[in-house]
This record gives sequence, structure tokens and C-alpha cells, in this order.
Amino acid sequence: MADHLPDNRSETAFADYKLPLAREQAIVEANRCLFCTDAPCIKACPTRIDIPQFIRKISTDNVKGSARTIFEANILGMSCARVCPVEVLCVGACVYNLEEMPPIQIGRLQRYATDAAFEKGWRLFEAGPDTGKSVGLIGGGPASLAAAHELRRLGHRCTIYEKRSTLGGLNATGVAPYKMRSDKALEEVEWILAIGGIDVKLGVSVGDDLPLADLETRHDAMFVGVGLGADSMLRVPGEDLQGVRGAVAWIEEMKLGRVAMTDVRRCVVIGGGNTAVDAVREALGLGIKSVTMLYRGSEEGMSAYEHEWHAAKGQGARVQWRAVPIAFEGHGKLERVRCASLDENKRTIAGSEFTIEADLALMAIGQSKLGQMLAGLEGIRVDRGRIVTEADGGAGRKGWFAGGDCANGGKEVVNAAAEGKSAAGAIHAYLAGEVGESGGKHA
Amino acid sequence: MPDLSVNCAGIRSPNPFWLASAPPTNSGLQVQRAFGHGWGGAVWKTLGVPIQNVSSRFGATTIRGVQGAGFNNIELITDRSLEINFREIAETKRLFPKHAVIVSLMVESREEWRDIIKRSIDTGADGIELNFGCPHGMCERGMGSAVGQEPRINQEITSWAVEASSIPVFVKLTPNVSNIVPHGMAARRGGAHGVSLINTIKSIIGVDIDRFVPEPRVGSRSTNGGYCGAAVKPIALHMVAALAREKEFGLPISGIGGICNWRDAVEFILLGASSVQVCTEVMLRGYRVVEDMIEGLDEYMQTHGFATVDQMVGKAIPGFSDWGDLDLNYETVAKIDASKCIGCQLCVAACHDGAHQCIHPTVDGTRVPVVDESECVGCNLCQIVCPVQGCITMEQVDNSFKPATWNDHVNNGASLRPKKGAH
Repeated sequence: MADHLPDNRSETAFADYKLPLAREQAIVEANRCLFCTDAPCIKACPTRIDIPQFIRKISTDNVKGSARTIFEANILGMSCARVCPVEVLCVGACVYNLEEMPPIQIGRLQRYATDAAFEKGWRLFEAGPDTGKSVGLIGGGPASLAAAHELRRLGHRCTIYEKRSTLGGLNATGVAPYKMRSDKALEEVEWILAIGGIDVKLGVSVGDDLPLADLETRHDAMFVGVGLGADSMLRVPGEDLQGVRGAVAWIEEMKLGRVAMTDVRRCVVIGGGNTAVDAVREALGLGIKSVTMLYRGSEEGMSAYEHEWHAAKGQGARVQWRAVPIAFEGHGKLERVRCASLDENKRTIAGSEFTIEADLALMAIGQSKLGQMLAGLEGIRVDRGRIVTEADGGAGRKGWFAGGDCANGGKEVVNAAAEGKSAAGAIHAYLAGEVGESGGKHA
Repeated sequence: MPDLSVNCAGIRSPNPFWLASAPPTNSGLQVQRAFGHGWGGAVWKTLGVPIQNVSSRFGATTIRGVQGAGFNNIELITDRSLEINFREIAETKRLFPKHAVIVSLMVESREEWRDIIKRSIDTGADGIELNFGCPHGMCERGMGSAVGQEPRINQEITSWAVEASSIPVFVKLTPNVSNIVPHGMAARRGGAHGVSLINTIKSIIGVDIDRFVPEPRVGSRSTNGGYCGAAVKPIALHMVAALAREKEFGLPISGIGGICNWRDAVEFILLGASSVQVCTEVMLRGYRVVEDMIEGLDEYMQTHGFATVDQMVGKAIPGFSDWGDLDLNYETVAKIDASKCIGCQLCVAACHDGAHQCIHPTVDGTRVPVVDESECVGCNLCQIVCPVQGCITMEQVDNSFKPATWNDHVNNGASLRPKKGAH
């Protein structure tokens, strides 16, 4: 699958910013782990990986056992080792922080064990005995992959319907390339599919090419993991100029192909979330000299992770706080962004207009929600585009479950992996007739 | 400034730190370099009829990533000619007249002992050490620990050596015995001026689990070796103390076994050693480790008001008694300092799985565990596993019972406090 990717992708300009650990480094770090009881790092992991246990196994060279512990909890453990914001999850919860000692480098240790599994081709899991049941999964990103793998372990046949030409979802199209490049994400997809019995239908847009009602008759249960939709735009004049792009679309182009960089010397990124900061760091990394983030709030109010923004500043990012674009200007192509400053109540301050020269403007103010595609199915509740689910992923209609960004509104890969796996458990219980009509245990 | 110089069985050295008879004292250049770094004395690599060694010779244990926490060797005595060794000893003594140079010896017949002792004395050496301890190879030929394990033979050969020697004679004792005291007493009866202990412990350091051969591997075989290094210190401390507290014994002791730093050295001295010998730490880190040993001891002596090392020797012996003389009514419980606790809860697992189930996780979400003092037996395990210095302390509890030992109880009916955690 990774063979389909061109070698000259723009993302190949980036090197890993967190380097792999050599065996000696890994063992020294593993030996620092205190092996806490009821460890806070486990609680901080959405997939509840038994972190002290997998680290202990690294310390004794039981790397296969370590990988098994990780994948048992999270089959996307290889990509999560690279892309998780460990600073605010497991590593942030390490008790060493309270002693002002360096916390255990859990992400890098997880990468050490999971990379070994990939390199050595360890097959750690087998499909369960065939139950004769079939589950359809809409969307081929982390949530569906995690769900499908778990369902296969439980013996259910799976079919993934993906509208793109590859699986992997945001892991392939959206992850900052200094964390993981798309070829690695596709390698992971193949690794997961190797359990067998997962039928993949690419280029199928459910709802358009394939009516939902057909799917419901074709499968015994359904999982929806469609992620998020297109970049939101501001609807200000000039958004149709060449050089004004949605950040997610631009990142996808950069990761799977090449983004036009000729004559791009100045870039403005609009937004203050993690996608905005990723776009800032990526634009800088691609060699754009001047990259300015334009955010309507203050530094304290931005939703991006502090460690990511700190890194962006270290790379030379510029910023305009409390400012919004009011027009994109230029002749056919973008030349400048006209901006206005906001007061503390986010109201435009009269006479505060200014312009920033730019050849590229990336909109990172959110993405559309896709839940509406299910709105026609009775029982399913959609709240502002988000599919409302029970704790176990039940979507309110008999046999329908959901997880990942389309249900949680947009979180990390590890959340999608956790929700997919948890939904698989609920689907299994549903298929065994252990739960009621409405799909979820509590529905 | 404290005086670090020592006089151990009549052998003087500028400080109590001697290199033990081993690879670090194999040659003149090595010992001279060591003295340049500050070592106060050196016991030369054992001389005898030169032997042929094997490859490989050393093995080490790794505990939680610490390589060489325990160490072992299957190397024999010197493989260099006696002429070269004696020439280098003489030269070393000439270059470093104030440093202690002791010649370790191991031969068989009375004539051989007499001859080799005479030649040792002729070098100007300060003393000799009889190697009755080597637990591998040499013992198969009737020497080393084969001598040290038989008090009668120990005494006899010691008496030959003492008779032939005009300089102090140390007997180096093997720990491969059930009770060290009769062996120290045999050396004393033989006329030894001092003893040095412990030599290495008979051991298999590990097994090559892919080749199915113990380590260190010599082709397709291995053999038992001598265990040493940091891990053996507790055994050595006990044996040193066992002799030091023996009223009939009374000989100076040169302490050996797992000494890695000044703290270890202080412990040996407090339990009765008047000099200490180091090998493994030097093999693992080099001669430079002595700098910290000297400074650390100096600072310790200043802090505790010791003017001479002699004032420290055996200072902890009165505190070393039989179990039957321990106060059964002395009661402690664990206290956790919430301000220091980092919430790892290692103490919870240790107490639940390995002790008396009296430390429990909190229910308030702080992760600072709670000690049930009514159940805590004061065993100390939680303090040992706690990664934060000073977070868990063992605090004495006033239980209103008068001190009472088991011997008091059995002999005089002294009353004992109620047991805790015994249900």
C-alpha cells in the first residue's frame, strides 16, 4: 500500500524530531522506571496500556513480550508511540515529574518495542474462530482499524468502506511529518490487516455510492469512524484567491504528494489549535522564512498544546494575538491578508486594521462534522454534526456504533484507537445477544 | 585535620586504602601508578609457582542495569616469573618508601614457603599475606581455600611462615566456611600478626542460556569462580565483625569485600577493620576512585570528631549483638511525609505483597498511601522501596513497655508487648 506513495513527497523534507532509542539507551531508560503500583501513566493513556509492565519487559530484553503488552491494549501502538502528545498524557503523569526529575520517556520506549515488532515481523495476534457474523466499518482511519482488528480477534468478519484510495485516515494524511510520515502509517495499516479477514473497499463513498440501508442489510453490525470533514472557512472576501487553503487539505497534499512552494516566502496560518501550530511548524520546516500565526484569542487561550507552541516559537514562528483576517487581497493570487485586532471580548477594534504580506494563507479554524450523513437513520442522534454515542460506542440505533473524531469531535489518534477497540467489545456483546435492541448497553 | 594514616599489624601506610592482591597489583608499573593516585598500600598479586591462565576469566552480574554489581573470576595467581615480580616489588618499595607493600604468597612445601618468604623480605616489602582463600583452581591443587578451610593446616602453615618471617604476616581467610571464627583463631594460634578477609566466595556467576554453559565461558566449559564486588559486602561485613567481637581473637583485621567507596570503608572500619583492601571497584573504574575515598573518609572523620582512624576501629562492634539480646519492646511504625510523596505506591505493593498488608491506597485521590499503624510491624520494607529520600521514616512508638529481650523474657519472665500483624 505504501508503494502507491510518490518518493518526492514534500513531507520527506522532515526528519523525526524524537529519535529512536538504541538498545542500550532503552534499557537504561527502562531501568529508571519505578514500576509504580496502579500507575498514573496507565490512567493517563486512553487505551490503558500497561506501561510499567511493557517497560519492565524492555529492561530484560523481552522485547516481544513488551510489544505484545502494548498491542494487546492498542493495536495502533506503533503510530501512537510517535504521534501521541505524551507530554500531556503518560509522560505528563509520570511520578518523576513530582520529584522534578526527568519523567520516563514512555513514547520513545514504546517506539523501541513496537518498531522491533514491525522490523522483525512478529505476528502477535490471530483471528478468532469464525462466528459467521459480519461487521461493516465506515471510514478507514484509526478508529475503524482498531475496531476491525479487535473484531477479527473475536472472530467476526469485517469490511471497511473508505472513500479515499488509502486507509489510515489522519495517521496517513494529517500527522505532522516530523512525528510520522505517511509511509509509516500505511505500513501500520498493512500490519493490522495482516490478521486476515478484513475486506477493504477503497474509493467507496457511503451514502453516495452505497446507500446506508444496503449496508445495514449486508452486515450484522455497523461501526462508523468517518472522522471529520473539510476545513472550515471564514467566509471573508478573497478566500477563492490562489494561495488561500484549508490547513488540513494543504497538510494532506504535503504528506501524500507535493505542495507548491515556488515563490512562497511568507505564510499566514489562521487559528490557535493544534492543527494551526502543526501547520506553522510544517511551513517553517519546508523552508518558508516568514510564518505568522494569526489567532483571535490570547496565548493563554489557545487550545494548542503548550509544548507544541513552545517548539514552534523555537523554530521562529511569529504571531499576532487577538487578530482576525477580514479579507484576503491580491490579483488572482494572494498577496496580503487584511486583518483587524480584537478587544478582550473578541470584538473588532475600530481603526485597528493592518495587513500582513503573504503568498500562502492556511485556514486552521476547524473542520466540518460528518455526522449528518447518518441523520436519516432513525435512532441515531447527531449533535451539531457529531454522532452522539454511549460510553461503549453505541450510536442509538440497533447494531450501530461509532467512535473516533466523528463521535468525540476531534481528539488524538489514541482516543480513536481506544474508542474503536471499546466499540468492538460492545459490538461483540451485541452480536452475542448480550445487549438490548438499541446497540449500546445503556441505550 | 584528621590523621588518615594507619598502622595495621605493624604495617604503616598514609591511609587505610590498600589495593587487594589481584589483577590491579599484577606489576610494578601498575602499583606505582596506583600509589601516584593516592592508594596507601598494595598487596601484590599472589606469588608462587607461575601458572597458566584461561580465556576468559571474569564474569559479572547485572542488576537493574548496574553492570558488575557482583563480579567473579577464575584467574589464578601470578603468571609472571618470580624474578621479575621481586625486582618490581623492590623497585616499587624504593620509589614509594612510605607506602605499604605486602607480598601475597601461595606455595606448598615448608621449604618453598621459607624460600619465597626470604626472597619477599629481601625486596624490602612491609609484610606478607598468606593466600589461604582462593576458591578456584589453586584449591584443586591443595592450596588456597583448601588450606583455609582446614584450621589445622591453616595453623601449621601459618606457623611455618611466621617462623620464617621477620616482617608481619597476614593470613587471608576464605569465606567458604560455615563459621569464620575457628579459622581466624587457627591463624592466631599459628602466630599470624593479622588477618585479611574476605577472599572471594565460591560461585557460578551466571549461565550462557543460549550455549548452555556457565560463565565465564572457556570454550565449551566453565568452572566455579570467586565472587566479589559490591554484592558481597554484607557477607564480608559480617565475617569481619564476627572476628572483631570475638574476645579471644584480638588480631588486627584488614577488611575486604565489596568496598566501592568511602562509606563502605567506614563501615568496615567501624566493624573492626584497621585497613581496607579494594579490588573490584578498581577493576571496574580504575585507580582514580581512591580520590573520593580519601576525601570522603577525611570529611566523615571531621564531622564525627575522629582525629585518627584508630579511634574509629570497632566503634560499631558494641552495637552488634545476638538476636536474643535485641529489645523486643522497641516499636516503630512507618510514617509517610505527604509533602514528599510522589504517589508511585511502591510501598503499597511491597507492603501488600511482601509484608504485612498495612499500607493502603487512599480513596481521596491524592495517591499518598495511608499506613494503618495498628497493623504496621515496623519492618522497614516500605522505606527501602520508596524512591524519595526521607519520604518514609520509621518512627518510634511509645508503647509503655520496658525494654525486654528474648533472653530477658525466657530467663526472667520480662513482659513483651502484644504482637502486631500476627493474625
